[in-house]
Amino acid sequence: MQGIEARFKLDWQTFNLNVDLHLPARGVIALFGDSGSGKTTLLRCIAGLEKAPEGRLIVNGAIWQDERHWLPTHKRGLGYVFQEASLFTHLTVMGNLLYGKRRIADDQKVSLDQAIELLGISHLLDRKPDRLSGGERSRVSIARALAANPSILLMDEPLAALDLKRKQEIIPYLERLHEALKIPVIYVSHSADEVARLADYLVVMEKGHVLASGSLADTLARLDLPIHLGQDAGLVLDATVVEIDSSWHLARVAFDGGSLWTHDQAFSIGKRVRVQVLARDVSLATEIPSQSSIQNVLQGVVDAIADDNHPSLALVRVKVGNVMLLSRLTKRAVASLGIATGQAVWLQVKSVALME
Amino acid sequence: MMHLTPSDIQAIWLTIKLAGVVTLILLLIGTPIAWWLARTKVWWKRPISAVVALPLVLPPSVLGFYLLLAMGPNGPVGQFTQALGIGHLPFTFWGLVIASIFYSLPFMVQPLQNAFEAIGERPLEVAATLRASPLDAFFTVAVPLALPGFITASILTFAHTVGEFGVVLMIGGNIPGETRVASVQIYDHVEALEYMQAHSLSAVMLIFSFAVLLCVYTWRPSAKRVG
Repeated sequence: MQGIEARFKLDWQTFNLNVDLHLPARGVIALFGDSGSGKTTLLRCIAGLEKAPEGRLIVNGAIWQDERHWLPTHKRGLGYVFQEASLFTHLTVMGNLLYGKRRIADDQKVSLDQAIELLGISHLLDRKPDRLSGGERSRVSIARALAANPSILLMDEPLAALDLKRKQEIIPYLERLHEALKIPVIYVSHSADEVARLADYLVVMEKGHVLASGSLADTLARLDLPIHLGQDAGLVLDATVVEIDSSWHLARVAFDGGSLWTHDQAFSIGKRVRVQVLARDVSLATEIPSQSSIQNVLQGVVDAIADDNHPSLALVRVKVGNVMLLSRLTKRAVASLGIATGQAVWLQVKSVALME
Repeated sequence: MMHLTPSDIQAIWLTIKLAGVVTLILLLIGTPIAWWLARTKVWWKRPISAVVALPLVLPPSVLGFYLLLAMGPNGPVGQFTQALGIGHLPFTFWGLVIASIFYSLPFMVQPLQNAFEAIGERPLEVAATLRASPLDAFFTVAVPLALPGFITASILTFAHTVGEFGVVLMIGGNIPGETRVASVQIYDHVEALEYMQAHSLSAVMLIFSFAVLLCVYTWRPSAKRVG
């Protein structure tokens, strides 16, 4: 059976963890929540660094924990990237990379070169960790975890200890991993930006419990529990650059349901990008808008309407092609336009945030 | 002034042999004790810590007295060694070794414990996620990271055993080539009013002790590095 089944119950004096999750076997799974929500504890339970007395953990059919079994961490075949790079200071970068690689069977060995290449650390191999920058240390620690050919990669806020500049330095490498890796990655983060950029699957945690769990698009489109990545409710779309209008410095990105114009960032045609569309940037019209400053107009069907966080506001979920978008309107606007479920509407998208 | 008699040299050799053997044995015994003390959370680690530290405050004669009783013909250790056919340990070299192991135990355990505690859990967790079993991680991560602690602990243990006097008198007496170590030899010289001989041997001990402490302070890591 593919996928990850994780059920843990933990009662500490100051903290309880109680989760029951089914996670996909591929892609980046983000564990998202405030500090103290239990995401790191959950990750440590999955790694076997913490032992939940009651738990059941099955990864791609292999039992890692149940009533009778408990596989110690070093036999789980996982990769773990800690919040601090935690490199072995007595070894060089190469020594760190080889530490895990030497301990796996020969026939499982993936190319160490691939990990070195993915993280761009080939010029650092002979250095000791104390002669690396913070960003370089992070990259080495990620490469070290990959070099041991894990069947699952667990990352505990690998960027949290870095300043903004270093984060910007690492994120492109993480995006490359996202594309290159065929194993599931469980990524703990409290940063909306990182989740919007990297996640395929989202688990939202609060006080040791799971608030929501599902694909990124489904979870962000939930109206019963609007998940805010950053300032506002909104959706994240996977898109491809299909057209570049160099005279106006604009690029058109197509998603599964339409396309949107955005700023050109020196893209090439065919590049995969992620765009975020916030609910507050989407307005609705019942007739096709003719004269408007807004260039991005999409057509869709109202899927659901729900109350928003203020009594004057409503969140409207609109199906556009195969994706959902959210729009925030005043309830008066909903009433005066007569917007109802099943109705065809035009969406005007005022702004599109590129996750770049 | 620095004239050493053959019996002085014999005493120095015996001292070095005793300290060397004790240091080696304590590396084997003290390392697991220090590792356990550094990592366990059970409440009874405190009484164990106190027992390990006892020789620091106990008069050597008290320690020696109890060991003499234990190893004597009526003591439990004495009965055991008799049953094994080894005979009695007091007034033998190996009796001194056993007494010195107790006497120098805190000098091995405490620096090692501090070194292991300074490493913390994290490097061992990292090793586990990189497929290293706990024993593997101990030898490939904990020991290299605690190396300055091992060196400090070994030097201190060696030096402290060299400097021992009270326990030797209680357990070992004063048998040339068997239990007459340098500190006892100096005492004999002074008793016999051979002040020049006492001077020479004392100077050797003084220089040795200074050199040892210089080593310890040179080896002590100046700042904790984290990766």
